[in-house]
Amino acid sequence: MNPTAGLLAVLLVAISTALLGIVGVRAARTTSDFYVASRTVSPWWNASAISGEYLSAASFLGVAGLILAYGADMLWFGVGYTAGYLLLLVLVAAPLRRSGAYTLPDFAELRLESQVLRKVASAGVVTIGWLYLLPQLHAAGITLRTITGTPAWVGPVAVAAVVLVSVLAGGMRAITFVQAFQYWLKVTAIAIPAIVLVLVWRADGSPEITSEGPATFTETTTVEVAAPVELEVAEPLLVHAEGTLDGDAVSGEVTLPAGGVQVGTGTELTFAEDAPVPHAQGLRAVDGPGWTYPMSSGTPYALYTTYSLIIALFLGTMGLPHVLVRFYTNPDGRAARRTTVTVLAMLGVFYLFPTIYGGLGRLYAPELLLTGRTEAVVLLLPSAMLGAGSTAGQVLTVLVTAGAFAAFLSTASGLTVSVAGVLSQDVLNRRISSPVTAFRVGTVLALLVPTLLALGGLDLAIADVVGLAFAVAASTFCPLLLLGIWWRRLTDAGAMAGLVVGGGAATAAVGATIMLGSSTGLPGALLAQPAAWTVPLAFITMVVVSLLTPGRRPRGLWRTMVRLHTPEDVPLDRGPWDPERRFRR
Amino acid sequence: MSPELLAAIASLVAVLAVAAVLWRELRPRVLLGPAEHRSTYRILHRITLASPPLRAGLAPGASRAVKHLHALTGSAALALADSERLLAWSGAGESHQHHVPTGEQVSETRVLGPDLVACREDSCPLRYAVTAPLTTSDLQVGAVTAYATGAPPAGLVRAVEEIADFISGQLDLAELESSRAELAEADLRALRAQISPHFIYNSLGAIASYIRTDPEHARELLLEFADFTRYSFRRHGEFTTLAEELKSIEHYLTLEQARFAGRLRVTLRIAPEVLGVVVPFLCLQPLVENAVQHGLEGQPRGGQITIVAEDVGNEAHLSIEDDGAGMDPQTLRHQLGGAPGDRVGLANVDERLRATFGEEYGLVVETAVGAGSKVSLRVPKFHPGVHVA
Repeated sequence: MNPTAGLLAVLLVAISTALLGIVGVRAARTTSDFYVASRTVSPWWNASAISGEYLSAASFLGVAGLILAYGADMLWFGVGYTAGYLLLLVLVAAPLRRSGAYTLPDFAELRLESQVLRKVASAGVVTIGWLYLLPQLHAAGITLRTITGTPAWVGPVAVAAVVLVSVLAGGMRAITFVQAFQYWLKVTAIAIPAIVLVLVWRADGSPEITSEGPATFTETTTVEVAAPVELEVAEPLLVHAEGTLDGDAVSGEVTLPAGGVQVGTGTELTFAEDAPVPHAQGLRAVDGPGWTYPMSSGTPYALYTTYSLIIALFLGTMGLPHVLVRFYTNPDGRAARRTTVTVLAMLGVFYLFPTIYGGLGRLYAPELLLTGRTEAVVLLLPSAMLGAGSTAGQVLTVLVTAGAFAAFLSTASGLTVSVAGVLSQDVLNRRISSPVTAFRVGTVLALLVPTLLALGGLDLAIADVVGLAFAVAASTFCPLLLLGIWWRRLTDAGAMAGLVVGGGAATAAVGATIMLGSSTGLPGALLAQPAAWTVPLAFITMVVVSLLTPGRRPRGLWRTMVRLHTPEDVPLDRGPWDPERRFRR
Repeated sequence: MSPELLAAIASLVAVLAVAAVLWRELRPRVLLGPAEHRSTYRILHRITLASPPLRAGLAPGASRAVKHLHALTGSAALALADSERLLAWSGAGESHQHHVPTGEQVSETRVLGPDLVACREDSCPLRYAVTAPLTTSDLQVGAVTAYATGAPPAGLVRAVEEIADFISGQLDLAELESSRAELAEADLRALRAQISPHFIYNSLGAIASYIRTDPEHARELLLEFADFTRYSFRRHGEFTTLAEELKSIEHYLTLEQARFAGRLRVTLRIAPEVLGVVVPFLCLQPLVENAVQHGLEGQPRGGQITIVAEDVGNEAHLSIEDDGAGMDPQTLRHQLGGAPGDRVGLANVDERLRATFGEEYGLVVETAVGAGSKVSLRVPKFHPGVHVA
């Protein structure tokens, strides 16, 4: 792959985003477009913006990689990311828009009238934001390394820098238009290459994707191992190797023994045609026809893991800090609902394509199973199928690279703005008197921690870390929102206990998985996919503690509930109740 | 740097951030030092807890304060009454609740003996009481009464007096706050009433000038005028959305443009994200009016007005800029400080913004003679209690 073309794609996206940010602000300055009504954002634009912000690195790269390795089970990611919006639409969107609460801490303060709870909710938002930023930056590292061969640290630093500059320079002020543009860029960037690749596959005689046995090399293939990897070899396999195997320098024909083989950096392995692809250690990839069946991966507790993933994705969406904010761009609740339906359609269309990459990747880029970098399949497939030197291959590679970069930028900037807002409002405001400075410091902090973590080489699958972020969100803010909106007996003590217990359990599980690596057996499954037990735990804690503390129900309970649940156009005295007046000056 | 080291540093930063927040929240509860500091802290903390409920005035919510004040006196029971009836009781002997001294009956601190206090129930231990009046602005508005089983020591009498003084102080603050709110409301009414005299006169004059030459345009202007007045004179609600406020400005500027006959150029740069933000009613219109009347009126070339609304994190930043006459910053400072002048609209908006969102949310004016002027304000997207009615 030509590094210049890759860099060009990255620069193109960064510059066009910045330009659009500036032009979008400058647009419509003439007196002819004077009318305010013409400035409201139509549901269509708004839905594009929401989808643009939501489709992250996990969606663009991670899902295809997971499907490549693990098959049908991983379709749940696409389904779950989309279905989360359905729950958001049905249960949360309208009441939350009526509440006027702008962030999750705002909602906690408004509904339960507690400053301490607000602080706890802020801590939750920051944790989830960091956890969700980490895989975006990590994916940027993978992309730049794959496309341009730069060291792994360049990607995270580059994305963090671009986001930092654009947020600080105010480039995100036309954020709706920028994000809407990014959605269409991403759809184009993933759809056009996918269609071309399917046509190539047809021209190739439509070879069977799920042949018997493990994935095989379709032609003589040389794989250069960029990072040390331990291979699992099923049967002794004759390869041509240049480099280090199990610590010994080798050059020439060698037989890889069955079992584990340690391959050193820079080693080149050449496999013959039809040789089975050895898998990277820990990548319990699925082979043969089982690839197309659910729960055939042979991982223990697959049923539990699948359901836990579903719960995390379905319930976690509403707890992501950057998701709720966009709903306020809708002029009213009706527009909010139409927007959400359009979002569902737009996300649904997008998630058709990663599946195609995952399937074709088994045929044309099986060496990714060897290096374990399955996330790169979307980036590598065009040149693998069309030939690295061909113009078509290069153009399509540039396109997917641009799409991937758009994915990191849009999600990362949305998250950064949300986290920075919470940090500046709830943590820094007492130390830094100027709100503008506080927001800037917040922006730097919001990016610094995940960048350091990404540079720290936490090497986890993108979609896995995202799944963990969703699990924490589902175990904290989902119960807070659902019970807060639909259950009037919730008290601040109950909400706090639920947030601490649910969030604590999920964070501990996430932390254990990230720090110690995934372990095996039931504890491993429980830690790797905690949502199925942490979400009920959080709900139960909130309910039980709330019932035990009936005296702590907020004073403005009924007023708040009326405001949350009465449609905006019903003429109604919503009252002068101001729960926090007593805290003011 | 090795990956492990970076990971360790990053985790350390995250842990330190969380620890710093926890430390800030928990420090006063953990670190109290020697015994005298502890008791000072406990007393002050009780008082801190008792203050907010009282700040809402003499209302049933005051029971939360009475609990803490009761703990401070160490008496058997403590009662709080307004001028007519009991509001809150903390402690033993609930049967006494029906004849607690009220504000009407208590004019000075008194010790009540068993002849006045003892009740028929044998089990009731209360025999004595100390009662003290609560006053705001020299009016007796209530009474606080501490009950004791034996003759009250002098210390208790003094303590009850102090507590009555403390409550009175809080009630003064409550009154101050509510009068501040009333004042803001009165300001708003005043603003509504005084927006218009010369604007109405000028607009009607401009419309009249079109009636012969361009009746259709005159009709449109008259409808704009109707819409503008309906919004400005509406009765309910202290708050509105930015979109509504901008629509009103649109009507206003259409009318002014008719008067300036094309010499008034307007540029709007509004981020659609902030159209739904809740702002105080009539917080922008006076600023635009100020720019037109003081900045551009009398400029032969007319001028340019730029209205900008930007989306910045959790806030919306608004600004109104004109390239007209400008003014001396020193004079403006005096006028905003309350000195008489014709910039009442500006001072009024400034006052209401501060009263609504807090002191740091006042207007920022950049101006100099001959250099035009720019008025900026910030509005938080969410503020408790601020919502369109």
